[in-house]
Amino acid sequence: MCGICGVLNLNSKPVSAQVVEKMAETIRHRGPDQNGVYTDGKVGLGHRRLSIIDVACGQQPMPNADKSLWISFNGEIFNYVELREDLERRGHRFRTRSDTEVILHLYEEHGEECVQHFNGQWAFAIWDRKKDRLFLSRDRLGVRPLFYTLNNETFIFGSEIKAILACPEVRRELDLIGLDQIFTFWCTRAPRTIFRNILELPPGHSLLVEAGRIRTWPYWQLDYPQQNEKLSEKDWAERLLELLMDATRIRLRSDVPVGAYLSGGLDSTVVTAIIRRHSEARLKTFSVVFEDPEFDERRYQREAVDFLRTEHHEVGITGEDIARVFPKVIWHAEKPVLRSAPAPLFLLSSLVRNQGYKVVLSGEGADEILGGYDIFKEAKIRRFWGRRLESRFRPLLLKRLYPYLGNLRSQSQSYLKAFFHVGAEDLANPLFSHLPRWELTSRIKGFFSEDLRTELRGYSALEELASSLPAAFASWDDFTKSQYLEASCLFPGYILSSQGDRMGMAHSVEGRFPFLDHRVVELAMQIPPQLKMKVLSEKHILKRATTELVPAAVTSRSKQPYRAPDSASFFSRGKASEPYVEEMLASARIRHEGVFNPTKVGKLYDKIKRGGVIGVKDNMALLGILSTQLVISQFIGNQ
Amino acid sequence: MSSTGTGKGSRMHTLESAIRSFIVDNFLFGEGENGLKNEDSLLENGLIDSTGILELVAFIQQSFKLIVEDEEIVPDNLDSIDKIAKFVKRKDEARVRNNGGKP
Repeated sequence: MCGICGVLNLNSKPVSAQVVEKMAETIRHRGPDQNGVYTDGKVGLGHRRLSIIDVACGQQPMPNADKSLWISFNGEIFNYVELREDLERRGHRFRTRSDTEVILHLYEEHGEECVQHFNGQWAFAIWDRKKDRLFLSRDRLGVRPLFYTLNNETFIFGSEIKAILACPEVRRELDLIGLDQIFTFWCTRAPRTIFRNILELPPGHSLLVEAGRIRTWPYWQLDYPQQNEKLSEKDWAERLLELLMDATRIRLRSDVPVGAYLSGGLDSTVVTAIIRRHSEARLKTFSVVFEDPEFDERRYQREAVDFLRTEHHEVGITGEDIARVFPKVIWHAEKPVLRSAPAPLFLLSSLVRNQGYKVVLSGEGADEILGGYDIFKEAKIRRFWGRRLESRFRPLLLKRLYPYLGNLRSQSQSYLKAFFHVGAEDLANPLFSHLPRWELTSRIKGFFSEDLRTELRGYSALEELASSLPAAFASWDDFTKSQYLEASCLFPGYILSSQGDRMGMAHSVEGRFPFLDHRVVELAMQIPPQLKMKVLSEKHILKRATTELVPAAVTSRSKQPYRAPDSASFFSRGKASEPYVEEMLASARIRHEGVFNPTKVGKLYDKIKRGGVIGVKDNMALLGILSTQLVISQFIGNQ
Repeated sequence: MSSTGTGKGSRMHTLESAIRSFIVDNFLFGEGENGLKNEDSLLENGLIDSTGILELVAFIQQSFKLIVEDEEIVPDNLDSIDKIAKFVKRKDEARVRNNGGKP
């Protein structure tokens, strides 16, 4: 795994190698092993390398044989062995054993269509000297990040936004619509970012800069085709397991040792169990444990460790730890966050690195593609209730769904009806499944300053999303619709980014995700919804496929979403636990930045400081305000 | 329940003020104090969520020394300043009755 960056001057002015070097330096954490810069007149490519495959010879930027192509690549092409064999049969000669060189050869063969052949996670740029064009691409699901901007006549790109901001001419401004999106969806929706004029190349997209123009297009999209082939549950389960076995096998390809995250949930246990099937070698696994039993899963982690005989390492997390590392978390995430959940993952990657590991496999993606999240169940129950609103028993299912949310237990039906949006109008809304979450989150925009609210008048993140849904969306069943909304929004924008790539790469740790092998994803998109969520049993088909692989205690446990202590982490004995908290939330500071209303922030601050009942909304508000203030302080400053 | 006034109307007014002040501080965070009418619905105005109900119940129990039963947590009792004040008053009167007329 690595970091990439580069500059292309559309007006043909020469690029300064020092600027590219400076850009690369900002993302040193992504690749501490080596750095490389290539410049050729109007173009410059930068690279920071984390050596994993062909440690000795995989330096970048890397040229092809006649040096007409130069690549800067972040990621892994897991099927590079098979692709290379095929290319060699067709006369291609290789100088290294790296997957990077395979990309160059495949680009020589297929041009921009080369990406269709890759099985992996990537963000890369290829400078094509002969055709005088720059080609960029990002993997199908958005595991690896890629950002770009056009500044006057200069095209600038980077794995992280801080590399782009290293160019002195790039203006640093908050994108207010991006901020509105985060305070709705917990993340921005690509191509928008939290920085004005800096764009994210969406997952499954490629980009070409040619003849002074920038063109982007999707080469792959989430789709849920009708499955005409009548397969039995057993057949689907077998196909799924077969592909998962292979997806894991090729993700073990590495010249350095590979470990695994083991959360205590089904998905990471399945991945670890499959690794065990492929290799008898010693396997290190890693997890977070929480001091607070409300969030802790160590009981299940230990069941899995005993069953799978791994060498397990834990990092214990307290609220103080979260508050201590939070500014660094925001520096790496490069966007406001509404939850503290990235912080423990930041500390976990530090543990992995300290154990001498650079690569970990995990179960990321299973919940999205196979229907694991409570939000899918919640939508099913809400729809069931909404069809007979007068039922006294149907809403009780909601209370059963969230046994860990004590505040729901004593709520009357009329309140549940209002909070869970089950009216006729809600049932007809295309965003039905996510309305309770997004409506509740949107309430925290009440903390925006009057000026900001005036600027945003007329903009609705929900309306924008509803009007940009794919044409096929209306034809999908309800469960599929909710899966799509989750997989296209929160997943790339937050889970794979703020909790994923950014927290791993903060300590130079690469995550690999067998459930995100596109063959697995494409199969999952065809599995009938009733086999993913059987009545209210989540990921039913995965449980069925892996019964023999994982301990029964893990399969039969009720799903616990990964959560971490939120706003209470930042206070201790009625005071802010870290000086920066008080500094960032001080009335004068809030007034100066102008994003939030200082009076309201002051009252929220006092309320949380006092302790007592603090709800989801207040937690999100505090985290959102604090992290936005940190983003402004760390990236925008006094321009 | 404490009151600085002497008449029934004044006591009700004090009660409403205390509830208003709690709602403005905890759900509105100081904003729109003047815009919130006593009869405005907390639900329809998006002022309250599932945790907010619990905060409100905790406030009523602590400030007015009352026990709020689960079945009483319904919008008819808690969805506006007016409704909350009437609910607290009813509960308080019932308590005094059950206590043989002693406060």
